[in-house]
Amino acid sequence: MENSAKQKVIEELLPQKFGKQGKIWVGILLTLCIIGLIAYIRQLSKGLVVTAMRDYVSWGIYISNFVFFVAISLVGSLITAVLRLTDVHWSTPLTRIAEIIAVSAITFASIIIIVDMGRPDRFYNLFIHGRLQSPIVWDVIVITTYFFISLLLLYFPLLPDLQIMLRYKEKTNKWLYKLYHYLGSFWKNTAGQIKMSERAINILSVTIIPVAFSIHTVTSWLFATTYRPGWDSTNFGAYFISGAFLVGAGGVVVAMYVFRTHYKLEKYITDGHFDKMGKILVMLALLYLYFNVNEYLIPAFKMKKPEEEHLRGLFTGEFAPIFWFAVSMAMFFPILILLFKKGRKPLPAFIAGLMVVIGSWFKRYLIVTPTLLHPFLPMQDVPDSYRHYFPTWEEWAIAVGSLAGALLIITFFARIFPIIPIQETITETEQHEKA
Amino acid sequence: MEQSNTSRRDFLLTSLLTGMTAIGCSTKDPFTADAPVDVKPSGEKVKLLSVDGEVIEVDKAFLKPVPQLPSVSNAEARVGIPGKKFVMVIDLSRCKSLKKCQSACDHMHHVHSGQNWVKVYPMQDAEHTSPYWQPTICMHCDEPPCVKVCPVDATFKREDGIVLIDSDRCIGCRFCMAACPYSTRVFNWESPDTVSEELAVQPYSCESSVPQKKGTVGKCDFCPDMTRQGELPHCVAACPNGVFAFGDMNEDTVTNGSETFRFSDLIRDKAGYRLMEDLGTKPSVYYLPPVNRNFPFENKEQKAEDKKS
Ligand code: SF4
Ligand code: SF4
Repeated sequence: MENSAKQKVIEELLPQKFGKQGKIWVGILLTLCIIGLIAYIRQLSKGLVVTAMRDYVSWGIYISNFVFFVAISLVGSLITAVLRLTDVHWSTPLTRIAEIIAVSAITFASIIIIVDMGRPDRFYNLFIHGRLQSPIVWDVIVITTYFFISLLLLYFPLLPDLQIMLRYKEKTNKWLYKLYHYLGSFWKNTAGQIKMSERAINILSVTIIPVAFSIHTVTSWLFATTYRPGWDSTNFGAYFISGAFLVGAGGVVVAMYVFRTHYKLEKYITDGHFDKMGKILVMLALLYLYFNVNEYLIPAFKMKKPEEEHLRGLFTGEFAPIFWFAVSMAMFFPILILLFKKGRKPLPAFIAGLMVVIGSWFKRYLIVTPTLLHPFLPMQDVPDSYRHYFPTWEEWAIAVGSLAGALLIITFFARIFPIIPIQETITETEQHEKA
Repeated sequence: MEQSNTSRRDFLLTSLLTGMTAIGCSTKDPFTADAPVDVKPSGEKVKLLSVDGEVIEVDKAFLKPVPQLPSVSNAEARVGIPGKKFVMVIDLSRCKSLKKCQSACDHMHHVHSGQNWVKVYPMQDAEHTSPYWQPTICMHCDEPPCVKVCPVDATFKREDGIVLIDSDRCIGCRFCMAACPYSTRVFNWESPDTVSEELAVQPYSCESSVPQKKGTVGKCDFCPDMTRQGELPHCVAACPNGVFAFGDMNEDTVTNGSETFRFSDLIRDKAGYRLMEDLGTKPSVYYLPPVNRNFPFENKEQKAEDKKS
């Protein structure tokens, strides 16, 4: 590759300052975060009574939001690890997008779980009194592990790029330069360093796969280890994981489209990428559909008494509108769109991805709440408000604030670091030319 | 009820001299010598028992009030009463949903208004089967799902079969509520309105479950504090129809206050059973079927609701 071409790639991929749109976007996200924070402060002072959760619905949208975050974070392992290990090269420009989604989502998963706690001030009890047989403790362990592995998988491939950015001092400001210097000045691009980093990335890619499977399996076990109809299922681990890959891949398609149009990256994130991601999305949606059939239709065939109420509520009752909305948004429509070649063009693929993400959020809500409204013994001797659940403004504000926070991390990351790996792109083009 | 309430708050006179009472869950030491030094003898003497078993006389003015203390330490409360295995038998043929059990329990444990640890369900298992009243409390399962899932050992199973909650340790994750199939656990979504400021600062005792704290979970505790004093749980004592019989499986006796039964005979003769046996939770609460009833089933609440609509 000639030097001028290299130069061009670098210049096109260096992080750019926020334009007007970018500033408005950040402003909106910040406002949402602040509203969420205010709601949380209210919750801290008054207690969880500010939520609509009560003794029957003891887990509400905080927990479904948590499951959603854990789910979407799984994509980091799918794109970085699975595709890397299978030597799929087309996904290189997408790895960093996937990894930052993973890191920001898993960060907010941890935050939202603390928000859900009645006594966040006693969080340390998990460490001094933690008991290994509780699935919550497993979750704490695997989520922490996943967070650090993801962070490293984000950081190591970033090192050569930091080196490049340090060379382009005039393109950054003082603070960022200091940050790059702090993070990456030891990197000298020597053969030894490159070899070491490659080895490290390979090891991490192998380890992250079982850890990724664990985070979501263990999260499903928070439900599956109980007796309740709708949760008491041996299908849950696989069902959750397939759903997680689906929503994660959907999230990546959405992010791809946004970055591509906003930063004018058509050369790097090509139509071909959307085509391939679209196919992956169809496959994952079909897989998730398969597990859904298992999850709902087999109990519905038997209609055991405790299951019956729950399933009727979902199919035709109180929750039917959300249920059919979620199922068609997360699976039916995206499959219909993406099955066609035209549907895998960037814009329709983006729309399908967005549908998947939105549908999946509601799907998580349906996994958590309706079950709690169908206990074994009838709801009795409680005030009327205990028999229903509709989140209060505080819950919405906190849930939306956490989603905004995750987007904010991604946005700032793209402002500070190149969202498409520069060095890897150059190396790959070179290899391509040689071949 | 009122009476035992005041006795709870009563001063523990003897503790000044004997100091035998262990310090409870609280971190505050109630035995510090911060009594005013310039106490003048009142001349009025009180007889007390010293540590060595001698009767001694002390001037009343030297006695110092101490706050209500848990009768056992947290460590002891986690072990339980040695040699016991507590059981409850609930006789459905005697229940007419008076809910005296419920109000006594709510009152004594200062349960937040609207919430209940004892619930009385109008049950009808199928369309053509007969309706009956079914009081439920915590089943004190021998394989308690709630204990299995608790991440911090805040809810625990004791040697004597009782499942208790340490509100000073609970992190409020509510996993136990999701795990309990009997929906018996309630959560303090806010500071319970029934807990006075005075009570709120007292040391929490796992055995009396008082005071309930914001952001933690609560449920029926089988009243081990009453058992230690040789008394019956509040619900048992409050029921005028003798629905609840409480006792020790090892002694094979249960009593509702006025009548005492041999537990094994009672369960055999009246075909006792437990709830949701198929789940394998092994409850410590047994039910006697609603046959030869003392009262006809009459659902006043339902009637009132029907009239309204
Ligand atoms: S009834 Fe519920 S709260 Fe009580 S021991 Fe059993 S599972 Fe735990
Ligand atoms: S709410 Fe409290 S008692 Fe229940 S599982 Fe969580 S920490 Fe344990």
